[in-house]
Amino acid sequence: MLLTVLAGFITSIFIIPFGKILKSKWSVLLMALPVVLFLYYTRLIPHISSGGNLLESTPWIPSLGVNLDFRLDGLSLLFALLITGIGIAIYFYARTYLKGHPYFDRFFGYLSLFMSAMLGMVLADNMLLLFIFWELTSISSFFLIGFNNTEPGSRKSAITALSVTGLGGFFLLAGLILLGNIAGTYSISELIHSRDVIIGHPLYPLVLGLLFMGAFTKSAQFPFHFWLPGAMKAPTPVSAYLHSATMVKAGIYLLARFSPVLGNTPEWSYPLMIVGGFTMLFAAYHSLLRTDLKSILAYSTISALGILTFLLGIGTREAVIAASVFILVHALYKAALFLITGIIDHETHTRDITQLSGLRKVLLPVALAGLLAALSSAGVPLSFGFIGKDLIYEATLHTPSSWIFILTTLALITNICLVAAGFMAGIKPFAGPLPEPFKKIHLPYTSMWLPPLILALGGILLGIMPDYAGSLFSLQAANAIFGADTQLHLKIWHGFNTVLVLSLVTLAAGTFIYMINKPGKERLNFVKKLNHLSPEYIMGKSVDAFFRFSEWYTGKFHNGYLRSYHLQIILFAEALLAYKLWLSGPIEIDFFSLAMLSVYEVAIVAILIGALIMMLTTRTRLTAVVSMSVIGYCICLMFVFYSAPDLAMTQFTIDTLTTVLFVLVLYKLPPFLNLGTKKERYRDIAVSLIFGIILCMVALQAHHEPIVTATSNFYGDAAYTEAKGKNVVNVILVDFRGIDTLFETVVLSIGAIGVYNLLRLRLKPSEKE
Amino acid sequence: MRSSILQTATRYLLPILLLFSVFLLLRGHYYPGGGFVGGLVASIAFVLHSFANGTDASMKLLGRKPLSLLPIGLGIAAFSVVLPMFWGLPPMTGLWLKGTFPIVGSLGTALFFDLGVYLVVVGVVLTILFTISLTDD
Repeated sequence: MLLTVLAGFITSIFIIPFGKILKSKWSVLLMALPVVLFLYYTRLIPHISSGGNLLESTPWIPSLGVNLDFRLDGLSLLFALLITGIGIAIYFYARTYLKGHPYFDRFFGYLSLFMSAMLGMVLADNMLLLFIFWELTSISSFFLIGFNNTEPGSRKSAITALSVTGLGGFFLLAGLILLGNIAGTYSISELIHSRDVIIGHPLYPLVLGLLFMGAFTKSAQFPFHFWLPGAMKAPTPVSAYLHSATMVKAGIYLLARFSPVLGNTPEWSYPLMIVGGFTMLFAAYHSLLRTDLKSILAYSTISALGILTFLLGIGTREAVIAASVFILVHALYKAALFLITGIIDHETHTRDITQLSGLRKVLLPVALAGLLAALSSAGVPLSFGFIGKDLIYEATLHTPSSWIFILTTLALITNICLVAAGFMAGIKPFAGPLPEPFKKIHLPYTSMWLPPLILALGGILLGIMPDYAGSLFSLQAANAIFGADTQLHLKIWHGFNTVLVLSLVTLAAGTFIYMINKPGKERLNFVKKLNHLSPEYIMGKSVDAFFRFSEWYTGKFHNGYLRSYHLQIILFAEALLAYKLWLSGPIEIDFFSLAMLSVYEVAIVAILIGALIMMLTTRTRLTAVVSMSVIGYCICLMFVFYSAPDLAMTQFTIDTLTTVLFVLVLYKLPPFLNLGTKKERYRDIAVSLIFGIILCMVALQAHHEPIVTATSNFYGDAAYTEAKGKNVVNVILVDFRGIDTLFETVVLSIGAIGVYNLLRLRLKPSEKE
Repeated sequence: MRSSILQTATRYLLPILLLFSVFLLLRGHYYPGGGFVGGLVASIAFVLHSFANGTDASMKLLGRKPLSLLPIGLGIAAFSVVLPMFWGLPPMTGLWLKGTFPIVGSLGTALFFDLGVYLVVVGVVLTILFTISLTDD
C-alpha cells in the first residue's frame, strides 16, 4: 500500500527531468499510473468485501509517534477505487484535453501529486499522517485551480480556495492533536476503544467543533462553500476530479471515518444536520439560478456534499447506508457531467446554457453520456441514482417521528432542485434545434468522449445490478462508517411504499421545474443584489481590512529608515528592562563594596568620553568614524583589563574592519546634512540618556545579586574532561554549542551572498521601474 | 594613488598576519584564539593588501572569488558535524586522534569545525568588502 501511495509522488518527481519527453506521444506512459493503481485495488475487493482489512506499518518518525501506518477497510477501499478509477478516466481525458499545452507535463505532475495525496489520506491510519495528506491535497488543488496562471481570476480563485481549506486545515490539526491527547493514541483504528473516554471528556465539543471546521471548509459546506464555484476556474478535468468526485469528499471521508468514534451524540448530529441540511437546500436552489454549466454543476456538487453531511449527521443505520451508496452514485454521474461540460466548452467555446442547444446532432455519444448521467442524477428507476435517492428518503423516514416531516421535506425539495439541475447540465445542451454556428462541430477524439460515457454507463449498470454494487463496494464502507454490521442489501424494487411515491414526486416535480425554469441575466442580477450578505463578500472585505491593517503596520514600523529602527529597538529594550527592574524591587547600591578605580580605568574613560563628545559634535563624517573606532578600542581595552582576551581580540579586529568598511563607503555617501529637527534631537538625547541610566542600574543591580557559578563551573570542568580543551569560550563555540555556531556561519554566509547580489545586481534599463 | 611604503610593508606584513591567523586558529582550543578571530585577522591581512595594491591585485592573490570560500568552509564545518555519524555516534560528537602532534596538540573534529568557521569568516568579510570596493556608480 505504501508503494501505491508513493507511486504518484515518484511520478511527479520523474516529470521534472523527463517532462519534455513525456509531452510527446510517450505521455501514454503516464496513463499507466492510475490504471496500475486501480487494478491493484480491484484485486483487493474480494478480500475487503468479505469483511477483512489490510494493515501496513512502516516506521517514519517513531520518536513523534508518526509512522506510515496504512489501513485498508471498506470505506478506504471505496474511496481508493473512486480515486484511481475516476483517475483513469480523468488521465485519458486530460491527455487529449490539454494536448499541446505548454504546461502539459506540469499538469500531470500536479495531478499525480494530488492522486497520491488523496490515496494517502483515505488509507492513513495515523491522524497526523492523515493531516499531512489532507494538506497536500489542498496544496495540489491550489496549483491545479491556478493552472492557467496568466489569468488573474484563476490566481484569485486558487488563493481563495487555499486560504479557506488551509484555514480549515489549521482547525483540523488542532482538533486531531486534541483528540490524540484525549485518547492517548494517534492511531485511528485504536481510537474506537477510547470512545467512552472521548465522548465523556469536557473538551469533546471543542474537538468536534475543530474537526467540523476542517470538514466543512474542505467539503464546501455553508458558509465556506464559496471557494468551490470559484475553483471552477481550473481546467475541466480538474473540476471533475478534485472538485466533484474526490477531494471535496475528503471532508465527508473525515466525518465518516470518525463517525463510529465521535458520532451518535447530540453534539455530533445537530450541527451536521443543520449545516448539511441548509447547505443542500441553499446550493440546490442556487444551482437553478445559474446559466454557466460549470456553475450549475458546482452548486449541485455543494448540494450533494450537503446531503452527505446531513446523512452522516442523522447517523442511523439507514442514513449511513444512504451515505455510503450516495458517495458512489454522485461521483459517477457528477464526474461524467463535468467531463461532458468540458467537451462542450472545448468544442463550442461557451458554457452558457441559454446559448447551447441541439448538440446531439453533432456530438451523439456525448449526448448519450449526458442523458445517462442526467438520468442517474435524477434518480430515474433502473439507474444507480434511483437507489441512492430511495435510500435518502429511507433515511429521513426512519428518524424520530417529530423529525420525519421536516427532514423529508428538506430532502424532497433538495432532490427536486437537483433533478432539474441535472437535466439542465446533462440534457439541455443536447436538446432542441442546432444553431447555425455549431453545425461545423466535430466529435472530439475517442479518448475524450469515452471516459464520460463509461462513467455514465457505470451509473446505469450498477443500478441494474444493485445487489452486486452493494455487496462489493457499499456494504463494508457502510459498516466502517456505522461501526457495526449494517446488513446493507440493495434491491431495485422495494414494493409500493412511501419511498417510491416520494421518488416519483421528486422526478415529476423536478422535470416540471426543468421545463419552466428559464435561467437568465435577470436572475443572476437578483443574486448579485444579495451579494453583500454572502460569506464570500464578507470574507473578501475582512481580507481587505487585514491587508490595510498590515500595510499601515508595516509602513509605521518598517519604514526603511535605519534611525527609526534603532529608535524602536532601543525604546523596546528600555521598556523591557525598566519593567524588569521595577519588578525586582528597590535597588540597593553598596558603594563601599565597589572596587577602587585604577589609573588605567580613569584614563580610558576620559578618552572614551572625549571621543564621544567629538563624535557627537563634529560636522565631518570622517572625524565621526574615527571617533567611533576610538570608542571601540577603548572598550577593547576594558575587556583586556577585565581579563576577557577572546572578547578583546574579536572586538579589536571587528572594530578595525568596521572602520575599513566605513572608509570604503564614505566617499559614496551624500554630503553630511543634519536632517533631524531640534525636537527630534532632544527626543534622541532623552532616549539615549534613559538607556544609559537603565543599563547602569542593571549593572549595579547585577553586582548586588549573588553570583551563580553552576553554569560556568560546569563548562569550566567539562571543557577539559569532555571536550579536551582549555579555552572554555572556544570549546563552547565549537563543541557544546557547535550547532549554534554552524547556523551562525550559515547566516553570515547568507548575509554575504545578499550583499554580493544586491551590489552586483545590474538591472537592464527596461527592468528599472 | 599607491603608497610605496604601505606596499613594501604589506609585502612583509601579509605573510606574518596570515601566519598569525593560522596560529590563532590552531591554539584556539587551549588559549585565546579560535576560528572566528583567526578568520578576522586573515581578512584584515587581505584588506591591508587591497589597500596597498588595489582590490584587483588582492583578488588575483587570493586566486578565487572570496564568495567561493563560503561553500568550502560550510562544507568542512558540516563534514565535521556529520563525521561521527559514520561511527554510529550522534552528530557533533567530538572525535580525537590518539596521541599528540607537534604545534597542534590533540587533533580532533573540533579543529576541523573551527577551520570551517575560519574560512567562512574570511569569505564573508572579503566578499562584503571587496564587493563594495569594486562597485562604482
